[in-house]
Amino acid sequence: MTAHPTRRVTLRIWRGDRNDGRFVDYVADVDEGMVVLDAVHLVQATQAPDLAVRWNCKAGKCGSCSAEVNGMPRLMCMTRIDQLPADEPITVEPMAAFPLVRDLVTDVRWNYEVKKKIRPFRPRKPDAADGTWRMDQEDVDRVQEFRKCIECFLCQNVCHVLRDHDKHAEFIGPRFFVYAAALEMHPLDTEDRLADLRHRDGIGYCNITKCCTVVCPEHITITDNAIIPLKERVADRFYDPIRRALRVLFGD
Amino acid sequence: MSEAAGAPRRLRVFLETRRTDSWWAFQLFTLLVLTAFVAYATQRVFVDAHYEWGPYLSPFYSPVLFGDSRHALFGPKPEWWPSWAPFSPALLILAIPAGFRFTCYYYRGAYYKAFWADPPACAVGEPGLRGRRFRGEHRWPLILQNVHRYFLYLSVVVVGFLAYDVYLATQFEDGFGIGVGTVLFAVNIVLIAGYTFGCHSMRHLLGGRRDVLPKSAIGRACYQGCSRLNRRHMLFAWLSLFTVWSCDVYVRLLSMGVIRDIRIL
Repeated sequence: MTAHPTRRVTLRIWRGDRNDGRFVDYVADVDEGMVVLDAVHLVQATQAPDLAVRWNCKAGKCGSCSAEVNGMPRLMCMTRIDQLPADEPITVEPMAAFPLVRDLVTDVRWNYEVKKKIRPFRPRKPDAADGTWRMDQEDVDRVQEFRKCIECFLCQNVCHVLRDHDKHAEFIGPRFFVYAAALEMHPLDTEDRLADLRHRDGIGYCNITKCCTVVCPEHITITDNAIIPLKERVADRFYDPIRRALRVLFGD
Repeated sequence: MSEAAGAPRRLRVFLETRRTDSWWAFQLFTLLVLTAFVAYATQRVFVDAHYEWGPYLSPFYSPVLFGDSRHALFGPKPEWWPSWAPFSPALLILAIPAGFRFTCYYYRGAYYKAFWADPPACAVGEPGLRGRRFRGEHRWPLILQNVHRYFLYLSVVVVGFLAYDVYLATQFEDGFGIGVGTVLFAVNIVLIAGYTFGCHSMRHLLGGRRDVLPKSAIGRACYQGCSRLNRRHMLFAWLSLFTVWSCDVYVRLLSMGVIRDIRIL
C-alpha cells in the first residue's frame, strides 16, 4: 500500500453563535486529495466534537456545506486543500448573508419563504390530441440550465445587495431570479411575473457584478442567462416607450 | 487549538476581506484603463483637427455629420452652431458609442466595482455609509441605464459607417491598397461588431424576449450567433476599446506627421 503524503495545515474556523464568536486555529494533518470538509470533519473528530457543520452528500450536489473559505463563498466539499495557499491558515467561516445558528451553520429559512412567493408554473392548455404538449428541444434547453441549481445559496451569500445592504425585504436574490427565469422563459408557461420582478422582487437592485455567476458551483451563467434577460423583459414592459407604443398598437 | 485574533464575522469595513487572492488587480486595471480612456476621449472630442489622413478616418469622428472634411455627410460646420461653442465632428457623434459603452451591462458591472466600490470586488467590504440606502438600478438615477437598448440601435448604424470606413481605408490616391491603418481599421470593425452584436439587448431583441425562440433558419442563426458572441462580451468590450483607441491615435499621429503609414499592398 502506498503511503499518501500528508500536509500540516492550520484551519482557522469560526466558532460562536449569534451573540459572540471568534476564530479558532486548529492544526491538522491532511492527506492528498482531501477537501476542506474532510479537514473540518477531521477537526470535529479529533479536536472539537462540538463543532457545528452542516453537510450531507459530500459530492457537490446537496448544497448543504456552503461556507466561506479564505473569504470566498464555496462548497467545502468541492474545495480541495491542495489548491489553497500552503503557507497561511485556511479560514473557514459561515455564510455572511444569513443569520448564524452556530459555528459554520447558518439559518437559510428566508430563502424558502422567498421561494413560496414566486408565482408557480402555469402551463398553457395541452395542444396535442393525447392531452400533452409539444415543445422544441432548443426552447427547453434554454431553461434547463437553471434547473441545475442545487440551492446552496452561495449566490445569495455573495450578492452584495443582501450581504452588505441587507435588502432581504425588497430583493429576492440571484437564486430566485434563476428560479423565476426558469418559469418565466419556459415555453409552456403562461404566468406573468414581470410586475412582481420589478416591484416586489427588486430586480433593479441587481447592479450586475456577476459575483453570483463566479461562485456558482454548478456553473450556471446566472447573470447573463437569467438576470439580464429578465431585466430586459422588465425594461420592455416598464421602461421602453417605443415597445409600449407598439404593444398598444399591435398587442403583445 | 488556539484562539486567533478576534475579527468581526460580518465584514462591514471598507475593503475588508479574508480573500487571499489578488482580487484588487483587475479592479485596478479597470480603474486605470477606463480613466485613461475617458480622459483621452474627453480631450479628443473637442479637437477639430487631425482626425483624417489619406484614406483613413478616425472612428471617434465617424460618421462625420458636419465638418471641414471630404467625409462630411451634410457639409461644413453649420451656421446655426453657436459661435461661442467649441465644435468638432466628434462632439456630434461620440455620445452614441460612449453612451452605448456606459450603459453596457458588462461595463456597468465593471465600473460599479472599480469606480463606485459597489462592491469593490466579490465578498470584499463596501463603504459602510451606504448600508440600506443602496438604490442600485431600482431607482433614480441608475434606473436610466435601461436606455441601453436605444444606444444599441444607434450604435448599429455607427457600426455600418465604420464598416464603410474600412472600405474607404483601402482607397488610396493611387488606387486600391492596404496599409497598416487598413489592417488596424479592419481588426477594429471585427471587434466592434463582435461587441455590438453580442450585446445583451441585441440578444433580447433577436429572441430572448420570447419564450419560444425563432424558428426560421435566419432567425435561429441570428439568435445563436448573438448568444455565442455574448459569451465573450467582456473580451470584445476590452479588445474593441483598445482597437478603437489605437485607430484614433494612429490617424492622429499620421495627421500630425509624427509617424508614417506603412503600405503593405
